[in-house]
Amino acid sequence: MRVDLDIIQSWVHPDSRVLDLGCGDGSLLEMLTVNKQIYGLGLELDPFNITQSIERGLNVIEQDLDQGLTNFQTHSFDTVIMTQTLQAVRFPHLILDEMLRIGKECIIGFPNFGHWRARLHLSSKGKMPVSKFMPYTWYDTPNIHFCTVKDFEELCRKKNIDIVHRAVVDQNNENSAAANRWPNLFCATAIYHVTR
Amino acid sequence: MTETIDPDSVGIVTPQTYQFDTPLEMSCGRVLQNYELVVETYGELNADRSNAVLICHALSGSHHAAGFHSKDDRKAGWWDAYIGPGKAIDTQRFFVACANNLGGCHGSTGPNSINPDTNKPWGPDFPRLGVQDWVHSQHALMEKLGINCWAAIIGGSLGGMQAMRWALEYPDEIRHCIVIAGATKLSAQNIAFNEVARQAILSDRDFHGGRYLEHDCIPKKGLALARMVGHITYLSDDAMADKFGRDLRSGSFQKGTSEQVEFQVESYLRYQGDAFSDAFDANTYLLMTKALDYFDLAREYNDDPVTAFSHAQCAFMIIAFTSDWRFPPRRSKEIVNALIGANKPTCYAEIESRFGHDAFLLPNLRYQQVISAYMQRIMQEES
Repeated sequence: MRVDLDIIQSWVHPDSRVLDLGCGDGSLLEMLTVNKQIYGLGLELDPFNITQSIERGLNVIEQDLDQGLTNFQTHSFDTVIMTQTLQAVRFPHLILDEMLRIGKECIIGFPNFGHWRARLHLSSKGKMPVSKFMPYTWYDTPNIHFCTVKDFEELCRKKNIDIVHRAVVDQNNENSAAANRWPNLFCATAIYHVTR
Repeated sequence: MTETIDPDSVGIVTPQTYQFDTPLEMSCGRVLQNYELVVETYGELNADRSNAVLICHALSGSHHAAGFHSKDDRKAGWWDAYIGPGKAIDTQRFFVACANNLGGCHGSTGPNSINPDTNKPWGPDFPRLGVQDWVHSQHALMEKLGINCWAAIIGGSLGGMQAMRWALEYPDEIRHCIVIAGATKLSAQNIAFNEVARQAILSDRDFHGGRYLEHDCIPKKGLALARMVGHITYLSDDAMADKFGRDLRSGSFQKGTSEQVEFQVESYLRYQGDAFSDAFDANTYLLMTKALDYFDLAREYNDDPVTAFSHAQCAFMIIAFTSDWRFPPRRSKEIVNALIGANKPTCYAEIESRFGHDAFLLPNLRYQQVISAYMQRIMQEES
């Protein structure tokens, strides 16, 4: 079981309406549907993932997040979720605004580029980090907007976004003490529960 | 339906004719006292009659959606790539029905049928048709087949309009609505193309105000021309470039040659037009293109598609094709956005294809996978 998914699940209210941006193969939405009886809708661009989500019985719409989310009404969902996608969108700050318009609450998960391994990689090798989590080289990566835990929280302050919860997962996919104590160094994946 | 040609074909099929004696009140205000529908079915209805799928055909389609009519039949039904044992719409699991639309020219009551009031062919006097009329007649068929609720109603293009209308007319009798390359209404450009096609028919000397049968002729030229115009809009620029380019069928551009130059695309279009004019009826073409033009899903719902779809109870699967410029993806997205606004369970897939509007009829791996996945999910719901 993935810890990050467990954490997200704990923040989602039963019987609520959930929009998942970049829903992948639909495993999170399926889990929330089974365990929290949510009404879920996923947006996805990858054909294989879309077929997987359809087969799982989920609602999935083929839509490019970079083309905007204007087709969704204000506060039409209780929670808007985006995991491991923030770094891949063209305008992360604008999508954050859109998420907070459409959902009453939002959950955002992203890889922390401030992790000590990334720092070590860059400082010792002088090259962009390539890891198990981020296996791409700089020129072919879909991840075009890396940020750190500090960067994200600074953006939230600037935009008057309230952080309700923060959860950190380390490189072993555990919610360890070190990652909680020094998130910007030891957190591999950061997950935020935010509202406005 | 006994002889199998291919293991994944429904084999040889025999159309059935159903007679309806309950008068049909039509959307134009007139009443059809009785009528017939010619129907093909594939697969078996299960014990609780919950595996029935209705296929709605498009403008030039018919009830012959899959299989062959005889051993020597060279051409399979129009959606044979998707209907059959083990195919996307698996006839080992689903009972599939497809009826020739009322007003059609493939056996159902239409302009070529005899008008009981005059004992002559209906011709131009056949009542004006709307998509609603097809849905109501299909509902009468549903009762004859002993089906209480369709597992799915599936249609491409004009067929998709029927599927959507079903979802609003009989919300409790359809569980899934699959709309392929559709739109909630035609654009001005769509109507314009249809009008060119109609004018081609109307201006044929052999049309005789629609009473050509009484004059022992058919407006072949007009119908062929109508089809040529339509056919161009069903293909894409790329598809035509791929298939024909500027290849010549005859003649050359060499100096001194007198033979006239003919491009491949010209002869292809003429062939398509001729073949169509042999098999289709001009009055039916006029009726069906008018039904397309008049269709507006939200007209009775304050012109608001969200209000319209809020009456539906089923789940929706919407599919569009990238190169379709007759009903482009943005038209399908209008449907999707209205469904999202109405809080209806919805899936949407935009299939990469170079074949324009015609893509909905052609084999395409992703298209097949998407329909398969959705049908799988319908089946899982069943069990």
